[in-house]
Amino acid sequence: MYAVVIGGGKVGLNLTRELLAKGTEVTLIESRRDRYLRMDAELGFVVQYGDGTELWVLERAGIQRADLVVAVTGDDEDNILICQIARDKYQVERFISRVNNPRNRQYFELLDIRPAFSATDLILRLIEHEVPDYGLVHLLDLPDEQLEVIEIIVCEGCRAAGLEVQQLELPEGSIVISVLRDNGGFVPKADTVINAGDEVLVCLDPGLEPQVTALFEAAK
Amino acid sequence: MSFILIVGSGRVGSTVARNLLAAGHEVSVLDGDPLSHERLDAGQDSTWEGAGGRFTIGQAIERDALVEAGIESADVFIASTNGDNTNLTIAQIAQKMFNVPRVLVRVMDPARAEWYGAQGMETICPTSFAVDMFEKALDVPKGSA
Repeated sequence: MYAVVIGGGKVGLNLTRELLAKGTEVTLIESRRDRYLRMDAELGFVVQYGDGTELWVLERAGIQRADLVVAVTGDDEDNILICQIARDKYQVERFISRVNNPRNRQYFELLDIRPAFSATDLILRLIEHEVPDYGLVHLLDLPDEQLEVIEIIVCEGCRAAGLEVQQLELPEGSIVISVLRDNGGFVPKADTVINAGDEVLVCLDPGLEPQVTALFEAAK
Repeated sequence: MSFILIVGSGRVGSTVARNLLAAGHEVSVLDGDPLSHERLDAGQDSTWEGAGGRFTIGQAIERDALVEAGIESADVFIASTNGDNTNLTIAQIAQKMFNVPRVLVRVMDPARAEWYGAQGMETICPTSFAVDMFEKALDVPKGSA
């Protein structure tokens, strides 16, 4: 696999190191001279100097044969343009973009630049995960694959509490993939009993969320 | 008379804004730098607002700023900030999110101007104009490179 990474900040540089360690062929494009020189000393020919939104710079990096383009500059407009050009001009089939400002996510969606990841959103999810003020946490959304993973707290007195997994009236297209209990997690068996206070991870088709959460919420 | 929204009030944007206003159009200008307002006033008999112009301070990419500047009712959208990628992004926002009927976008890089032009965007490339002017001035035959 050949990957072109644009933007040699913390994300781009560490990603490049990891990909190299996994044996992937990578080119990293960096437009700041000082950063480029520092990374060139470490990574050598892997790093190229230039504005990764310019066509000749992308072509010099061999974008025509890239299997994956990763746009992780600190500028959302740059990331949008890079992915758009990679997809529409160079027919790169897989690309991943970073969203610096979550408010710009709407523009990535408008121009169909997906997947787009925002560190702010990811950290926000971790906060939701760590701070149990929220009954439900979205752990993973894969709209293209029509798949979501959510984490739900099993409330006292809810319909699911005290039932075995196989007795849960989960809608078709959803399944409990993990139970978190006593600081540990395990994959439940059909006869595992769900207790109030547990947290469950449920994998589901988009749209089933209200039906699923109803089982775990306290009776009103 | 059209309602024209110009994003980016540099030398080009501010001059176009003044000329369009003088020609009788309704003109709104959006720029992140309050100082850019001075370009609109400089050397004029009245202030920009006094002459009937609108000015909004805000980031080009911010949806709220674009709405405040009137993008929802714009007939023409001109992207003339000093960033090619910002211009190309906001031009597509104007087209696809706000359905502005006519969108003009300044792109300094000739390669990107040409490619996005081929994708149906109305791009204007000052670099290509400058190259043409130099070559004409020196009688360089077309395409001799």
